[in-house]
Amino acid sequence: MKSLGSFRRTFAPWNDPAAKPFIAIENVTKKFGDFAAVNDLSLNIYNREFFALLGASGCGKSTLLRMLAGFEEPTAGRILIDGQDMRGIPPYKRPVNMMFQSYALFPHMTVEGNIAFGLKQEGMAKGDIEARVAEMLKLVKLEQFAKRKPHQLSGGQRQRVALARCVAKRPKVLLLDEPLGALDKKLREETQFELMDLQMKLGLTFVVVTHDQEEAMTMADRIAVMDKGKVMQVATPAEVYEAPNSKFVADFIGNVNMFEGTAAAVANGKIDIAVAPENLTIRTDAASRSCTVGQPVGFAIRPEKIRVSRKQPADPSINSAHGELYDIAYFGDMTVFHVKLESGRIIKAASLNAVRTVEDPLGYDDTVWVNFDTDAGIVLTA
Amino acid sequence: MQKLISSVAGRLVIAVPYLWLLIFFLIPFVIVFKISLSEVAMAIPPYTPAFNLSAGWQAFADNFSQLSWDNYIWLLEDPLYYKAYISSVIIAGVSTILTLIVGYPIAYGMARAPATVRPTLLMLVILPFWTSFLIRVYAWIGILKPEGLLNQFLMWAHVIDTPLNILNTNTAVFIGIVYSYLPFLVLPIYSALEKMDYSLVEAAEDLGCPPILAFWKITFRLSMPGVIAGCFLVFIPAVGEFVIPDLLGGSQTLMIGKTLWNEFFSNRDWPVSSAVAVILLLLLVVPIVLFQRAEARAQESEK
Repeated sequence: MKSLGSFRRTFAPWNDPAAKPFIAIENVTKKFGDFAAVNDLSLNIYNREFFALLGASGCGKSTLLRMLAGFEEPTAGRILIDGQDMRGIPPYKRPVNMMFQSYALFPHMTVEGNIAFGLKQEGMAKGDIEARVAEMLKLVKLEQFAKRKPHQLSGGQRQRVALARCVAKRPKVLLLDEPLGALDKKLREETQFELMDLQMKLGLTFVVVTHDQEEAMTMADRIAVMDKGKVMQVATPAEVYEAPNSKFVADFIGNVNMFEGTAAAVANGKIDIAVAPENLTIRTDAASRSCTVGQPVGFAIRPEKIRVSRKQPADPSINSAHGELYDIAYFGDMTVFHVKLESGRIIKAASLNAVRTVEDPLGYDDTVWVNFDTDAGIVLTA
Repeated sequence: MQKLISSVAGRLVIAVPYLWLLIFFLIPFVIVFKISLSEVAMAIPPYTPAFNLSAGWQAFADNFSQLSWDNYIWLLEDPLYYKAYISSVIIAGVSTILTLIVGYPIAYGMARAPATVRPTLLMLVILPFWTSFLIRVYAWIGILKPEGLLNQFLMWAHVIDTPLNILNTNTAVFIGIVYSYLPFLVLPIYSALEKMDYSLVEAAEDLGCPPILAFWKITFRLSMPGVIAGCFLVFIPAVGEFVIPDLLGGSQTLMIGKTLWNEFFSNRDWPVSSAVAVILLLLLVVPIVLFQRAEARAQESEK
């Protein structure tokens, strides 16, 4: 068997035009009254994919998940799972299982009873149920808690029971609604990796809803960034972070410095952008986006791609500005500098603290230069 | 000193309910129990022996030796009484089940209603209490009698040709009990259902459970503490109910509350009616104990 890592390395069915999507969401709209929670949305999710729906609360991601589970019917459009149209199929007949944000564990049943619940509905033989429950308990490492009631468990244990309960039925798709939302930070980080391992081991398709971008970036193969019932971008975490397709996505994911300007020159595979108030000239590789001279464009650059130094860069006319150090936030592993330009604009720059001690470190009110390379940022036309 | 005062105050606070029960329950019960062991007599009070503390210890002891279980033996021998007990329990039991059938959907509907209208619905359930219980039962006479509103309506609608004879039957008693005790059943079930997380039902459906089964296995099962509380709140007073069988029931409606009233007021037989009351109390203590155990279990599971 190939290692899971090598599977993951080559797993990219979305780039394969011949690949058939496992879940096809086609022009789905869901209206509550006049309000469109999900608005003409189309998405393809592939078999064995770990897919994240990411967005702020109210963006429609949970409604979309509930439509996959069958708790809501689309107002328009259709959803296909494994080629089957899901219209009119009630939740209890769908080949999907959902893990609820509140876990929704049955308080009157033991851990065992909760995990066995779905299997009993299938009419599985008693011996098989026992074997499956034991297998699930082992999978989530809760063997010694089988006889406990949910209220006798910790938050992390409850989360695992909920997970075991919905994978016990071997669904084709597992839907997870903020699966880690109720856990504390440290437990959340551990559980992220457990979830990824589990998904790989079981070979299931996961669709997870989250508002936590770090969570989505860590776990997912692909992320759909949602806003106002629409998908803004669907891409791998690295693409979403490094090549956002719009100002909204650039701003939503991670930290960013956003500049507004006009394309001053497009030549030799480079774009020059003039940013008026600071009188800045940004020169950037044009490989990713095309634009015409005079077109208003945005430019996004992540803080960690900006250098801060007392020394003037070799060519201060391009991708450089100077200002004074306005704020310093020391995080241990890295330091975030806020540099205030003459125009009053604050530029965020982050630098890794690669050495333990620095002679004469940058301090408040120091006059510094910020600069970055031509491939550090991205031009945004939307 | 401060500690002493607070510990005394703490004990006093605990003592209040005990004192209350002692004065208003245990002492009256002992008096009733003592009367039930006495004999009927043409006197004031109408039984003997009557204890007189001023007569001294010897007289007290003499009186004590005159007490007997005769009235209880009488109750066992005369089929009227145990028939009345059995009939009361059956009528109360049937009424409780009917109340549950009517009340559960009401409670469920209230709990599933939008949060904004719930206080209004709750108010509507409590509203009948603003009118005297007696008046409301009398009103049912006006509705159920042969020339009453119900029959008039049904005849107007050509559902029936001759008036239904409902008043002065057990049916009227059931209607009266269901109507009067409905709020006592709806409120505890509503409060159990209202705090239930609806995503549990969705989870059950998601795991392959059709809605009706999900209702039975999850919703109904989790509302059991409320159902049990509500049923006891209906059953216990219904067993001893007097007004409803007296006003709505017929001569054949045999209920222990009516028997007790007859013994006390018509026959002026205080000792026998006291014995009837003591047995009724014992009959109800068992369900009350069961009820409290259910409550304790419900509280434990909420921890």
